[in-house]
Amino acid sequence: MKTDRRDFLRLAGVAGVTFTAGLFPGYRASAQAAGNFHFVQISDTHWGYKGPANPDAEHTLEKAIVTVNGLAQKPDFIVFTGDLTHTTEDGTERRARMKRFKEIVSELAVKDVRFMPGEHDASLDKGAAFKEFFGDTHYTFDHKGVHFIALDNVSDPAAKLGDEQLAWLAADLKQRKPDDRIVVLCHRPLFDLVPSWDWTTADGAKAIDLLMPYQNVVVFYGHIHQEHHHMTGHIPHHAAKSLIFPQAEPGNAPRRPPPPPFDASLKPLGTRDIAVAATITMTELPVTKA
Amino acid sequence: MNRRTFTALLIGGSAAGGALRAASRALAADPNEVSIMAQKFNFTPDTVKAKVGVPITFVLTSIDRVHGFKMPDFGIRTDIVPDEERRVTITPTKPGQFAYFCDVFCGDGHEDMGGVLIVEA
Repeated sequence: MKTDRRDFLRLAGVAGVTFTAGLFPGYRASAQAAGNFHFVQISDTHWGYKGPANPDAEHTLEKAIVTVNGLAQKPDFIVFTGDLTHTTEDGTERRARMKRFKEIVSELAVKDVRFMPGEHDASLDKGAAFKEFFGDTHYTFDHKGVHFIALDNVSDPAAKLGDEQLAWLAADLKQRKPDDRIVVLCHRPLFDLVPSWDWTTADGAKAIDLLMPYQNVVVFYGHIHQEHHHMTGHIPHHAAKSLIFPQAEPGNAPRRPPPPPFDASLKPLGTRDIAVAATITMTELPVTKA
Repeated sequence: MNRRTFTALLIGGSAAGGALRAASRALAADPNEVSIMAQKFNFTPDTVKAKVGVPITFVLTSIDRVHGFKMPDFGIRTDIVPDEERRVTITPTKPGQFAYFCDVFCGDGHEDMGGVLIVEA
């Protein structure tokens, strides 16, 4: 599976770094061979941002869409893990940005697209505008035997999931078997990546505690604008690059510094192709010229 | 919480906090007080100095909206509500630089709203 994925991405001319992790270690490969698939994660597009951290901000999302549409093998679906738009205190402008964002991503060839909010989309109005354009801020769906859980850790401006959502999560997990394959999607890290930079979820540990009894769980998130991989016990957490500007390396200063100078040679922006099988293969897809 | 290396005492601005505040003043041996004002998107001042072993009290106010004040290295946080005063007392136990920041998303610039406590030996 891994070699095949590399091959077709190489043929597509967009292959980045491939990272393979031991996803679903308790799952028998023979049992899920028919259910292999892949999807694309896009994060932190920040539509509406203008500034020196990305001099090409108006076109980066369009370039990423060209890249995703150019994949030799179409993904089954695409997920956006938050910060679709850059924040604004003007509710009218917020909705205008969401409307324009939705128009741009309608150019994606794959039409099964799932959206999640980031704090830039949802924290100033508790997700009201996001819901108008994209629906619920937390939900589940199932795909080829894998259970996906989209969590909202941003609509509360204090970066909490909240007791109500945690109860909803607990009720959903009660319906799962211990060896079910579960993919969690969210915006902020659920774990304490760098608490002094607020790179955490205030009550994320409660969600991780609920997930811990399940053997085959993986978390994909955004927020930190860079690739990052971390384990909490047996649960891997994978952060994605953004489509707007990179952030500093986690914890490299007491306070989170401003974004480093934009250096295109470092390929700091991109999306991610995720192949799901007995293992997971993540292939970073850097933004290329349209 | 397992990374907490300091003793900390958080006093809120509620009625119950009033009694705690009085108790805290009694407990704290002549703490240094530093007033910190919050407004979008900065704290004033954004640099505070303290000494190891000497209690320091932050007197927190906001002039525009609800902000947060969080110092993970000390295991403390509080909301800062306009027209209310919040007091946070800590006693550093080691030198270094430790961040404080707003943890209630308040708009474009929120991520830059923070400061540093410099603790000297």
